Amino acid sequence: MLLAGGQGSRLGVLTAKVAKPAVSFGGKYRIIDFPLSNCINSGVDTVGVLTQYQPLRLNTHIGIGIPWDLDRNVGGVSVLPPYEKSEDTEWYTGTANAIYQNIEFMDTYNPDYVLILSGDHIYKMDYEVMLDYHKAKGAEVTLAAMPVPMEEAKRFGILVTDDERRITEFQEKPEHPNSNLASMGIYIFNWATLKEALIANASQPGLDFGKHVIPYCHDKGSPCYAYEFNGYWKDVGTLNSYWEANMELIDIVPEFNLYEEYWKIYTKSDTLPPQYISAESEIEKCIIGEGAQIYGKVYNSVIGCGVTIGADTIVRDSIIMNEAEIGKGCEVYKGIIAENAQIGDNVKLGIGDEAENDSAPHIYNHGLVTVGEKSVIPSGVTVGKNAVVSGITSKEDYPDGALPSGKTLIKEVAEV
Amino acid sequence: MRAIGIILAGGNNHRMRELSQKRAIAAMPIAGSYRSIDFALSNMTNSRIQRVAVLSQYNAKSLNEHLASSKWWDFGRKQGGLSVFTPTVTNENNSWFRGTADAIYQNLDYLRESHEPYVVIASGDCIYKMDYNKVLEYHIAKKADITVVCKDMPAHENVDRYGILKMNEESRIEEFEEKPIVANSNTISCGIYVIRRRQLIELIERGAEDGQYDFVKDILIRYKNMKRIFGYKITSYWKNIASVEDYFAANMDFLKPDIRDYFFRQYPDIYSKVDDLPPAKYNVGANIRNSLISSGSIVNGTVENSVVFKGAFIGNNCTIKNSIILNDVYIGDNTYIENCIVESHDTIRANSYHKGEGEIKIVIEKNDRFVI
Repeated sequence: MLLAGGQGSRLGVLTAKVAKPAVSFGGKYRIIDFPLSNCINSGVDTVGVLTQYQPLRLNTHIGIGIPWDLDRNVGGVSVLPPYEKSEDTEWYTGTANAIYQNIEFMDTYNPDYVLILSGDHIYKMDYEVMLDYHKAKGAEVTLAAMPVPMEEAKRFGILVTDDERRITEFQEKPEHPNSNLASMGIYIFNWATLKEALIANASQPGLDFGKHVIPYCHDKGSPCYAYEFNGYWKDVGTLNSYWEANMELIDIVPEFNLYEEYWKIYTKSDTLPPQYISAESEIEKCIIGEGAQIYGKVYNSVIGCGVTIGADTIVRDSIIMNEAEIGKGCEVYKGIIAENAQIGDNVKLGIGDEAENDSAPHIYNHGLVTVGEKSVIPSGVTVGKNAVVSGITSKEDYPDGALPSGKTLIKEVAEV
Repeated sequence: MRAIGIILAGGNNHRMRELSQKRAIAAMPIAGSYRSIDFALSNMTNSRIQRVAVLSQYNAKSLNEHLASSKWWDFGRKQGGLSVFTPTVTNENNSWFRGTADAIYQNLDYLRESHEPYVVIASGDCIYKMDYNKVLEYHIAKKADITVVCKDMPAHENVDRYGILKMNEESRIEEFEEKPIVANSNTISCGIYVIRRRQLIELIERGAEDGQYDFVKDILIRYKNMKRIFGYKITSYWKNIASVEDYFAANMDFLKPDIRDYFFRQYPDIYSKVDDLPPAKYNVGANIRNSLISSGSIVNGTVENSVVFKGAFIGNNCTIKNSIILNDVYIGDNTYIENCIVESHDTIRANSYHKGEGEIKIVIEKNDRFVI
């Protein structure tokens, strides 16, 4: 059961129109491709994807699951949005509440075990190994956990275990953590245990795994174990961590390697043609998706499928998502340019002094300049650092042809 | 659509030199991400033809792998679908396909069991985009027995490897010569035909009785005066792959912006099998000029005026010029390659030097990939 309903509000304009799991990543992928590919690579071939916030992009991306070989006669992928019931109709009010509302779906398959995943992490993990561990330990609940630096432990749900890795205590974002094992939001439950726990706690408002269901199982005496995971795992919850995770892919041998034959990541490919690099281009330390046309100079960047970068344009340390177009003679520094954005000629992005963002400094920071999807930026303007542009903008929106650092320019995209 | 499709994908020839060892021409990789047969298959599906048979014979491994699933071209349907026929031993027959007409004859049941009134015959070794409905409409309007798609080649081009035809002012074909010694026209047959299904069955059966097995020689040329055979002239891009030089030129055409735009960006799309490769990666030292690079490739060196297919690895300090690097090639450091086609899955050792002098050199090195 893959939880993909969250907005991911700390990604700012990137998630204005799409759910976080549908945000593109690493040139051609979307975040949800990672857990979905993990599922099929681990032999999990019955997957329910729980959607709620802005599901259109997710629905079209997942379809009947062909890219992940999840188009099956039995099982396969099912998209599970909240639905109307004869009484007590409600949205998914929490992670466990979403699962609770789909007890019927799981009951049709009557599984022995249920794997709960979230759709917003970048990692490769063999869930079968975790399941073997779960069985070997005689656990009823197993939580995947990874060691984090002690000083960061207070940002996570922390698991305190005995020598056998049996969990003795949970600490949710503790001030003084007793362990550095952080829960990764990946759980395996015995189906009977999960079902009983969900029904027993059904009336709990905002029913949540970390806050309610797992402590309930633990208090009841069900054996709960921690499964230590030491591979690459990245939460891309903030713009900066999202940017960093992308940038890590362009290292010579990245820690998270997409080029291994074993454990492929699958995605829905809309674009097939190769990419064209013109005679005047310079490309260094980049990954570039299919069908891109590069006429300019691109350094240290992640470029999506079907992107056009005009002649004499310089792109550095940036993420340009699928089908975005950048005109001629532009400069882009530390930009995150979302899908289908159109940037005119001689536009300069990410120029100027650092300044704190005026609307949401906790989102737009680290000198990044963010452009929302389908945005239009007219020719000849300059946009500073920690700035954000979204919607169709025109010359009049840029007094003196510039949007200074730290400013926010968000226009509603006109309904077509 | 009122037609079924037949794609002739059997052949290869000596003019493909060493490239013919591995696969039929229809399975030759084209333009970085495609194979030759994708163009005919995509044209079929974009023309809403629902039932398509691919007739193959020569070294069909690559082709069969490529066609293992028909879903990429939207043929994974309950209605219709894609069938691949290779020669089989039956009660009546135990020979290979002895020619294009024989290939159809040996699968005549497929034609008999169809109910669509027309057949579109195409070959798997041509690069083009076409709406076959337009040809069919023309065929019906002309009350033709057979319609042959044809194209005027530039006057200076050597056309002796094609079927050459001459039409009268009504577009009826009066002369048809296969690979003539001296060509007296520059209108060539594109190897695409429309014919009524029952007519085709009848002609093929009659040919088989007489021991005649070639569609062009024994049907088009034999019946050119007795049947109403018309030419449908196209002016759009069309290229046939029959030799190493053709193959090289067809790939290099995709470096031209108008041709790239025509095939990659204009409706309708060309489809191909999806390989789930990561984006192409350019490390420090990469220097790319006027080239096509496909997904899954990792580039550390210089690439100029070249087409690099999927999953290639180009080592440090390499120079690749005017060359085609086929799928999954590994090129060791400090290698120089110019005017070459490097065969797929090849491993080129570090410090190698390959240059085609006067003609395109085909590089086949069956080295072990990982030498310690």
